[in-house]
Amino acid sequence: MIAEVESLTPVIAILCPAIASILIILFGKWPNIREGWTMLAAVLQFLIVISMVPVILEGNIIKCIFFTPFPGVEFGFSVDAFGLVFAITSSFLWILVSSYSIGYMRSLHEHAQTRYYFCFAWAIFGAVGIALSGNLLTMFIFYEILTVSTYPLVAHDQTPEALFAGRKYLAYLLTAGVFFLAALIITYHISGTMDFVNGGIPNLAAEASRATLMVLFMLFLLGFMKAAWMPFHSWLPTAMAAPTPVSALLHAVAVVKAGVFGIIRVVCYIFGVDLMHALGLGLVLISIAIFTIIVANLFALAQDNLKKRLAYSTINQLSLVIFGVALLTPAGIEGAMIHIPFHAFMKITLFMCAGAIMVASGKRNISDMAGIGRVMPVTLITFTIGALGMCALPPTAGYLSHHLLVHGCEEAGGAISYFPYILLIAAILDVMYFFPIIYIAFFKKPEGGSKLKEAPLFMLVPIVITATCSIIFYFYPDLFYMSDLVETAMSSLNIGGGVHP
Amino acid sequence: MLSVEHLPVLVVVISMLSSFTILIAGWLNKKSCCFISFATILIQFIMSLFILHHVTTDGPIIYWLGGWSPPWGIEYVVDALNAYVLVLLLFLALVCVTYSKRNIEHELPHQIVSFYALFQLLITGLCGITLTGDIFNMYVFIEITSLSAYALIASRGKIALKASFTYLVLGAIGACFFLLGIGFLYAITGTLNIHDLSLILPSYYENRAVQAAFVFFTVGLSIKMALFPLHVWLPDAHSFAPSEISALLSGIIIEVSTYAFIRICFSVYTVDFITRYVPIFDFICWLSAIGIIVGSILAIAQYNLKRMLAYSSVSQMGYIMLAVGLSTSTHSPLWGGLNPALMHIVNHALMKGCLFLVAGAFIYKAELWDIADLKGLARKMPYTCFGFTLAAISMIGVPPSVGFVSKVYIIFASLDAASAGHPAYIVFVAVLLFSTLLNLVYFWRVVETLYMKGEDIHSQSVKRDELPLSMLIPVLILAALCIIVGIFWLIEMPLPVFDQINALFGLGEYATS
Repeated sequence: MIAEVESLTPVIAILCPAIASILIILFGKWPNIREGWTMLAAVLQFLIVISMVPVILEGNIIKCIFFTPFPGVEFGFSVDAFGLVFAITSSFLWILVSSYSIGYMRSLHEHAQTRYYFCFAWAIFGAVGIALSGNLLTMFIFYEILTVSTYPLVAHDQTPEALFAGRKYLAYLLTAGVFFLAALIITYHISGTMDFVNGGIPNLAAEASRATLMVLFMLFLLGFMKAAWMPFHSWLPTAMAAPTPVSALLHAVAVVKAGVFGIIRVVCYIFGVDLMHALGLGLVLISIAIFTIIVANLFALAQDNLKKRLAYSTINQLSLVIFGVALLTPAGIEGAMIHIPFHAFMKITLFMCAGAIMVASGKRNISDMAGIGRVMPVTLITFTIGALGMCALPPTAGYLSHHLLVHGCEEAGGAISYFPYILLIAAILDVMYFFPIIYIAFFKKPEGGSKLKEAPLFMLVPIVITATCSIIFYFYPDLFYMSDLVETAMSSLNIGGGVHP
Repeated sequence: MLSVEHLPVLVVVISMLSSFTILIAGWLNKKSCCFISFATILIQFIMSLFILHHVTTDGPIIYWLGGWSPPWGIEYVVDALNAYVLVLLLFLALVCVTYSKRNIEHELPHQIVSFYALFQLLITGLCGITLTGDIFNMYVFIEITSLSAYALIASRGKIALKASFTYLVLGAIGACFFLLGIGFLYAITGTLNIHDLSLILPSYYENRAVQAAFVFFTVGLSIKMALFPLHVWLPDAHSFAPSEISALLSGIIIEVSTYAFIRICFSVYTVDFITRYVPIFDFICWLSAIGIIVGSILAIAQYNLKRMLAYSSVSQMGYIMLAVGLSTSTHSPLWGGLNPALMHIVNHALMKGCLFLVAGAFIYKAELWDIADLKGLARKMPYTCFGFTLAAISMIGVPPSVGFVSKVYIIFASLDAASAGHPAYIVFVAVLLFSTLLNLVYFWRVVETLYMKGEDIHSQSVKRDELPLSMLIPVLILAALCIIVGIFWLIEMPLPVFDQINALFGLGEYATS
C-alpha cells in the first residue's frame, strides 16, 4: 500500500544549492570561503537526499505541495524511488565534482570563477528539482532553469568557439523546452492532469485519438532533446568547449540524464507501458535508440579530441537507456533505470581523467598522449576502469546494466530477442575506440621523460572515488541503495512481464 | 474625512493642478519639479490603491462631476477594470519618475521644467482615460495624453522631431477615427454617457451607422495601440524618446489604449454585438498572431537596442490583443474571458518598463545605443545588467517569470477556443511557442554581448561604474517583480478582481448562451 508522507525534506534539499549560490556571490572575493560554501551545500544536500531513502524504500511517497496553479496541477515535489535514484546520483557527484573543480579551476587560473560556482549551484538546483518533481509542470520549470543556468558554464571561456557552443546549446535546448511545454499543455488539455502516475495517466488513452497520442509522444521526445538522441545530438559534442568539470557533471550526469530521466518518466508514468504497447511506440523508440547507438559509436571512432570522443560515447550510452525503456519489459526498464547512476559514475570518471590529463600535461588529443600512462599512472588506471565499464566488461557496473538489458530483450521476445547482438556490436565498437587510448597511454614510448606528474590531489581523489564506486557497484549494486531503490520503483510500476507481439 | 467616492476625480484634478504648479515652481527653482511630480504621483498611487480596495469590496464608485446628473453632466465610473489599470499605470509612473530625476538632469538639462510639466500632464491624461464614464470625455483625455506625448518624444530634438511628427500625424488620424465614431453614436442615440449608450444601443445594433462607428473606434484605437500593421509610428517614437518616456509609452500608454478598446467593446457595445453583428475579434486574433511573428522578426533585424525593444513591443501588443480577441470564446474560470489579456498588460508593463529603463541606463552612462557597443558591460554595471537579464528571461518566457505565465495562459485560452468552435485557433499555440524562440534570438544576443564579450576578460581590475541609486532601484524593483509577480500569478489565479471584471462584461465563465 502506497502511503503519502507530507514532508519539507525535498524543499530543504533543493534549497541547499540555491542558498549556497547567494553565499557564493557574497563571498566572491574570498575564494576559500566561496568554495567552502559549495562543498558544504553539496555535502548537506547529499545527506538530506539520502535521509529520504528509508521512507521511500517502504514504498511510500514523500509529498510537498506549495500551491495549485491550475486545477489538478500542483506545484510541488513528490519523491518516489526512481526520482531518488537520480537525485542521489547528482547530489553525490556534485560533492566530488566540487572538489575536482577547485583543483581544475585553480590550476588553470580560470577567470570568472564566482560566476562559475554560482551557475554550477543553480544547475544542480535544476537537476535535483527535476529528480524530485512530481508532475510535468514542476519538472518543466526546473528543466528550463537547468538549461538557462548551464549556458554561462558552456560559454565560460568566452572565446568565439565557446560562444558558438553556448549559442548552439541554448538554441537546441530552449527549442526542446518549447516542445516540452507544448507537450505538457496538450497532456493537460487531454487528461486534466500532469501528475506522474505509476503505470501512466489512466484516462489518457480514452480521451484522445491514436494520432493525437502519437504526435504528443513525438513532442515529448523532441522536448527531451537533452537526451541527445540522433539526429538532435550535435549540441553535446559542441558543448565540450566547456571547462572539464562542467562536461563531467553536466554533460555526463545532470543535463543529459535529465533528458533520459524525462523519457523514462513519460514512458512509464505518463503514457504507461500498456499504452505504449498499444500504440506501437516502443518500436519507434527502439529504432531511434539503435540508430543512435551505432552511429554515435562510429562517430566516436573518428574523434581525436578525447573529450569529443567521450561526448559521442555519452550519446551512445544515453541511447542505451532509451533502448532499455523502449523494450517495455520489466528487466529492460530496470536496466534503463539502473544504467542512469551506473553510467553517471563511470562516465564522470572518464571525463575527470580527461580533465586531469589536460591540467597535468596540457594534452587534449589522443594522438599526443603516447606513454602518458607512465607519467600519470593513477589517472590512467582509473580511466581504464571507466573504459571497461563503457564496454560492459566485468568487473564494472556497466556489465550489470547491460546484463539486465539483454535479459529485457529476451523477455520482449519475438524479433527483439535478437537485439542483444546489436548491443554486442555496440560493445565491440566501444572496445574499438576505448582500447586504443589505453594502448597508446600505456604501451607507446613517451616523448618526454616518464617522470611522475599527476594532477593535484583535489582532482585525483574524486577520480579514484568514482572509479572505485564503479567497481563496487559490480560486487555490491546496493551502494547508495541504488538497486533497492530501482526495485522499489519497479515493484510500484507493477509491469506484467512476459511476451508481447 | 475624505470619502472614497471623491478620490476618482481627485486623482485627475490633483494631477492637472500639479502640472501647472510645476510650471510655476520650476520658474523659481528647477530642482523642485521632480519632487513635486514624485509627490503628486505618490499621492495618486495611494489614492488608486484605496479606490481598488473600495471597488473590489463595495462595488463600483460613481461620481458626478459638478453634481450634474449623468446624461447631461460628465460621470466618472470606476469599476474593477478601471481601478486595476489605474493602479498599474500609477505604479509604473512612480517608478519612471523616480528614475527620471538623474536621467533628465543629464539628458535634458535645459528642459527640466517643461519635461515635468508635460510628464504630469501625460499622467493626467492617462488617469482621465481610465476613470471617465463619458465617451467624449475619454476622447479629450486621449488627446491630452497624445499631445503631451508628442511633445515629450520631440524633446530630444533633431531626429526625434521626425519621429514625433510621424506619431503626430498618425495619432491625429487615429483620434479622428475615434471622434467620427463618437459622432455617429451621438447622432443616433443623442447621448455620450457610456452607461446610457449601453442601454440605448442594443435596439440599434442592426443600424449600419452603429456598426460603422464600432469599426471607426477599432481602427482609431488600433493606431493608438500600434496593432500590426498600424504600428509604423511606434519604433521611431519609442527609440528616440527619453528612456523613461519610452518605458511609459511601451509599458502603459499603448496599454491604456487597449483599455479604451476593451471599454468600447464591452461597455459601450456588448459581447452579443461583437459575436453576432460585427464579428471582428476573429480578424483581430489573426492580425495579432501575424503581428507577434512580424514584430519579433523585425526586432531581430535591429542593431539599436531601444529600436529592438520597440519592435518587441509590437510583438507584445500582439499577445495582448490576441488575448483580447480570444476573450469572447473562452469560458474557463482560470484563462477564460479577459484574464490572460489583463494579466499580460501588467506583465508587459513590468518587463518592457525594466528593459527600457536599462537601455536608458546604458545611454546615461556612456551614450551606448547599439547592441554591439554593449560588450562586457556586465562587469562594469553588474546590477543593471542583472536586471536586464531577468527581464529578458521573462520576455523569452522561462519559468517562473511573468512571460512564462502569460504565454501558458494565452496558449490555454487558444486551446480552449479551438475546442469551442474555432478549430483553426490551434495555430495560435504554434505561433506563441514559435515567438518564444524568436524572442530568444534577439534577447539572448544582447545578454551574450553584455556578459560574454569584451576585450579584457582576464584582467581582474575592471572599474565598477554602476548607476546612481535613484536609477538603479527602479530597474531592480521592476526586474524583481518580473519573477515575483510570475510566481504570484501561479499561486493566486483566479484573482477576484479579474472575476469581477469578467462578471461585469459577461465574459469567461459568466458568459450567457
